[in-house]
Amino acid sequence: MALDAVGDPVSQGCFVFKPDFKRKKVSFPIADYFNEGKSLSEDSKLRFDTCQLLWQQMKSEAEELQEELNKNLFDNLIEFLGKSHLEFQKKSTNWNYQIKSREIPTAAIVLGVNVTDHDLTFKGLTEMLKDTVTPYVVSLQAKECPDVKHLLQKLASQLMGCVDIESTEEEYVQSSQRKMHYSMAFLSTWYRSITKKTGSESVNKKVTSSQWKESPPIVIILEDIESFSTKVLQDFIIISSQHLHELPIVLVFGIATSPIIIHRLLPQAVSSLCIELLQSLSCKEHLAKLLDKLLLTTRFPFKLNEKALQVLTNIFLYHDFSVQNFIKGLQLAVLEHFYSQPLSILCCDLPEAKRRIYSLSEDQCESIRRLPSFMRYVEKQIPEKQVALLTHERFLKEETLRFLEELHIYHENFFLVLRCFHAFVSSLPKYPLGRQIRELYCACLEKNIWESQEYEPILQLLRMLAKDELIAVLQKCVEVFKSSPGKQLGSMAEKLQEFLAQFQSLDETESNEEENGSGSQQKGFQKTDLYHLQKSLLEMKELRSSNKKQTKFEVHRDRVVDLIDNLVRKFLSPPDTQTLYEVVYFTGAHMLREHLNAAPRIALHTALNNPYHYLKNQALKSEDDSIPNVAPDICIAYKLHLECSRLINLVDWSEAFATVVTAAEETDPNSTASEEIKEIIHARFIRAVSELELLGFIKPTKQKTDHVARLTWGGC
Amino acid sequence: MNHLKLQEVKMLQVQFVGDDDVLNHILDKEEGAKFRKDRAQLLVNVKKLMKKQESDQNEDDQEDLKDENYVDILGADTQDSLKNGRIAGGSNKVYSFQTRKNPEKMAELAYELAKTPGKSISLISKENAEKMASTSQSIKKQSTSDKDQLKSDEKNEFLSTPYRLRKRLTVSTLPSDTESEYSDSNSEDDNGVKREEEEKISEVFMDQKRIAKHRSGSSSSCKKVSAKKMKKDTTTDLVEEYFEAHSSSKVLTSDRTLQKLKRTKLDQQTLHNLLSKFSPSFSAELKQLNEQHERLFHKWMLQLHLGFNIVLYGLGSKKELLEKFRASMLQDSVHVVINGFFPGITVKSILNSITEEILDHMGTFRSVVDQLDWIINKFKDDSSLELFLLIHNLDSQMLRGDKSQQILGQLSSLPKIYLIASIDHINAPLMWDHSKQSLYNWLWYETTTYRPYTEETSYENSLLVQQCGTLALSSLTHVFRSLTPNARGIFRLLIKYQLENEDNPSYIGLSFQDFYQQCREAFLVNSDLTLRAQLTEFRDHKLLRTKKGTDGVEYLLIPIDTGTLTDFLEKEDKEA
Repeated sequence: MALDAVGDPVSQGCFVFKPDFKRKKVSFPIADYFNEGKSLSEDSKLRFDTCQLLWQQMKSEAEELQEELNKNLFDNLIEFLGKSHLEFQKKSTNWNYQIKSREIPTAAIVLGVNVTDHDLTFKGLTEMLKDTVTPYVVSLQAKECPDVKHLLQKLASQLMGCVDIESTEEEYVQSSQRKMHYSMAFLSTWYRSITKKTGSESVNKKVTSSQWKESPPIVIILEDIESFSTKVLQDFIIISSQHLHELPIVLVFGIATSPIIIHRLLPQAVSSLCIELLQSLSCKEHLAKLLDKLLLTTRFPFKLNEKALQVLTNIFLYHDFSVQNFIKGLQLAVLEHFYSQPLSILCCDLPEAKRRIYSLSEDQCESIRRLPSFMRYVEKQIPEKQVALLTHERFLKEETLRFLEELHIYHENFFLVLRCFHAFVSSLPKYPLGRQIRELYCACLEKNIWESQEYEPILQLLRMLAKDELIAVLQKCVEVFKSSPGKQLGSMAEKLQEFLAQFQSLDETESNEEENGSGSQQKGFQKTDLYHLQKSLLEMKELRSSNKKQTKFEVHRDRVVDLIDNLVRKFLSPPDTQTLYEVVYFTGAHMLREHLNAAPRIALHTALNNPYHYLKNQALKSEDDSIPNVAPDICIAYKLHLECSRLINLVDWSEAFATVVTAAEETDPNSTASEEIKEIIHARFIRAVSELELLGFIKPTKQKTDHVARLTWGGC
Repeated sequence: MNHLKLQEVKMLQVQFVGDDDVLNHILDKEEGAKFRKDRAQLLVNVKKLMKKQESDQNEDDQEDLKDENYVDILGADTQDSLKNGRIAGGSNKVYSFQTRKNPEKMAELAYELAKTPGKSISLISKENAEKMASTSQSIKKQSTSDKDQLKSDEKNEFLSTPYRLRKRLTVSTLPSDTESEYSDSNSEDDNGVKREEEEKISEVFMDQKRIAKHRSGSSSSCKKVSAKKMKKDTTTDLVEEYFEAHSSSKVLTSDRTLQKLKRTKLDQQTLHNLLSKFSPSFSAELKQLNEQHERLFHKWMLQLHLGFNIVLYGLGSKKELLEKFRASMLQDSVHVVINGFFPGITVKSILNSITEEILDHMGTFRSVVDQLDWIINKFKDDSSLELFLLIHNLDSQMLRGDKSQQILGQLSSLPKIYLIASIDHINAPLMWDHSKQSLYNWLWYETTTYRPYTEETSYENSLLVQQCGTLALSSLTHVFRSLTPNARGIFRLLIKYQLENEDNPSYIGLSFQDFYQQCREAFLVNSDLTLRAQLTEFRDHKLLRTKKGTDGVEYLLIPIDTGTLTDFLEKEDKEA
């Protein structure tokens, strides 16, 4: 048994290592690890700083977005709080109020299944409430409250903590002494004393709104209502409804599933709640907004390629719906991009990049020359220019700058046209290119969108748009174009507005023509059977399409569609057609999947089933999925165990194992193998078996002597 | 049959994997989406598209047809190879595992080895062979040609009607249930036939699997329209297979036990000695593999510092790797190494070592949660604190509980606590739900090392390993030291009495009354209540076992072998 470095491994499982503090270096900068521990070059430090800076910006943008999205919800909640204890504030004593006061005002917030994101929402909520409404905000989680006693304790201790520091000092000593008997009565006396104090001195400067100054409500947030046990909730609600005339309690439920759950959890106590339902933004919309802010913009130079974006959205859609996780994935992508791509040093905003280009080193220039997109570009040039690009450093740098500028312009146009195109496409029935802009974006990143199967039919559908629809879409597009300061597409807004005006002016003339058209069809109604009717209808249709002149509207509509078609073809080419796109596009989709959405079972099975995959030894190579007998012991044992059903006889197993192993060692099977070798083989078998047990493939069983039970089914 | 087997293996790779399934699922969805798109195009009423759709359908139909043909062909194939297998099964020469030129035979062997091990014995040793020769049996011979015919008919039926197949399966396995367990030594013809049936059934299953496999292959290459259907098939297959194996309470395995084999249980030490004589192959490749992982060290450090935590998975002990990581990267920082595989490890002890040894806090805490809160506050207050946690086997028996994981997750979510852990168990990821995963904020790294799990398994009460005394002795010492002098005396009395009766084979323990008497005489207890209270404590530490004798009297026994006890007494006497 190999022992650990220190300590008695038999009696201890944790070993603490403290460095010698005298020897301790001045703390390691993290950037050191960025460059694989080699001496820190200026370049990689710069790269790391760029990475950090970029990520900080993206992160704060994401947080701002989150706040903005929550704002609506929070506003509603505050409004609700304002309504909730009006009577209490007036200290009214009328009978009606007494009855009503048995009902606890409750806000049920439906937050969606992405439980992991809720934390942030609640944190924001608590802060916001503390700032604007009341200092008494308590948030409870189910795992802290196994019973009512714990719940009250937690509640009380958090409430006491809410008060200003001066008052807590003495109180804290007291409260710790009688920790055991917290009750609602105790809380209400506490509340009375505290409100009296604050009321007279008006210490609480934070809370600006006068409405809550007198008697701020106590907001109790139950973050995960589904995990609370019915009994605890029920008891708590009954108790607090009894004390409602002394304590202005407001409950806030966080709901992950559906509001029905309240009724299911609280079949009886629900009558003493006065519930108001609030809906938070769905996580899908949140994601769409996030993508809009972080990726579909020229603000941040960093971009994901199609595969990487696919991986991240798939994890989101098929695993957790968690926006936070998506952000984490994005962070990893940023980090990995800067870590693995030396040219990512140019992945910053344009003016900064300009400065950096001129200080590029020899090596970096060389790596620009090695970029596939650059090489593609070079091949297309005339020989003199080729030579210049490949040898002349200064020229290369100038060209690089030009490429980066082009890339920037490309992105500007790309996103504008993308949004515009999305406005068109998303109005079509059945959403041929997806409902969300990210789906369209993915499709555009992948290949030339106009070569896709769906594109032609889309144009055809667009040519059939009704006028009012078309006008609505056009107005949207005008807004899109107006919002940007773009140079090339600046005139686009005017062009579209022209179209709009034309459509509107068409109104009168259009209606006249329609009347004429309908008048001509009145003739020739006879009795026909269904077949003839269909036939004649078809004929009529053909006649109409071939003969009938297009109306003015149709002509204009076609022109609009042609315009869009042109725009798409011109500006929505995928990024890998751009030179130097590697600088800003992260391409390591497989890496994201590997680290975020790993498959440990596959890895384990592959290692056991096909050791050649890891150990590149020719002896381990097998044409098919069989396993050579020289494979590691555990692989052989595993392979043999796959052949068994529920129970495995250890004796049989060990003999089978021994056969395989002796065959592998190519000792003559007939000669009596020495006892020692047999012992060793047996020991190896024991080890293999206990390793399989550790891995969870088998377990000992008492059903039959010397048998083990298989724990896996269907192969693994 | 060998083909079948290989197919099966292939199929397994495709099928069992959860994540792959997920992937398939995704593909399905996408496929579905595309399909919808087709529909959308239909709306446009373009005839061309209509035609296209039709042709698509035609293609699908054709494919189905092709599938059927293929099945038929394969069915015929299998029978041939089955026969081959039978013929081969008769002769013993097949069992040379090294003849890899003939993969069929090898697969046959693997299959045979697991099922009829009797045959392989001639390879192992002569005397064994002789012994086993009587027990070995050949099941294949009895098959006659018309039986084969019958079988093939049946098989076709099975293939066409999977539901009936299941019924049949239960029917065919039922008779064997009613019989006594299948035993290797007295094989009768009946048994042989039954067994054949059994095999046949499994073959049918393999057939199905192979079909499924084929379909998945074809669908992935060209059309995935039938992907959903295919998946359904394979899953029902799995389900059926599962219930087939679990339907009968009795299992058909041989009755041989290790005792007959005359191979005594090895203790940990001899096992270790024996294994040290055996040098593993492929050391060059292993080294290369390890170097690959070591190149990641800097990246790990970087990612740890940026708020991620790292989890390592893959076959092979990752202890050495982590140890190397520790030695090369963590020399200048405070870190805690936690051996999750240690049987006595608890979250409490982990937190204790953090509070006591790193934060130098001497007080106690009311609960683990309190302790955690304290640590969290401490780390929030003092931003200069940094701590690395290295956990070997985060998925061990002791740490895999929900509460432990929750606490470790919360600990690791602190920005200044960096966690790097390893997992081994195949179901380890099931420990974490979404909220725990977001606490841990894992980055997964595959580090397959193929290193033996020497330490990880050394604590485990393995099936074939006899526990040597060292562990018991040290735990005994620890418990003993925590006792009051009187309790020590009581326990010592019991040990002495047990050692005195060491040679008495019919010794079942010291009766409670006798023991009480002895204790009274030694002034150790004053009432039998106090003695019982003491005994409860021993029992809680698994130092004592009580048994009711035939006369209804309670007998007390220490479930530790005499060698350890003697060692223990000697050690204690020396120190006293």
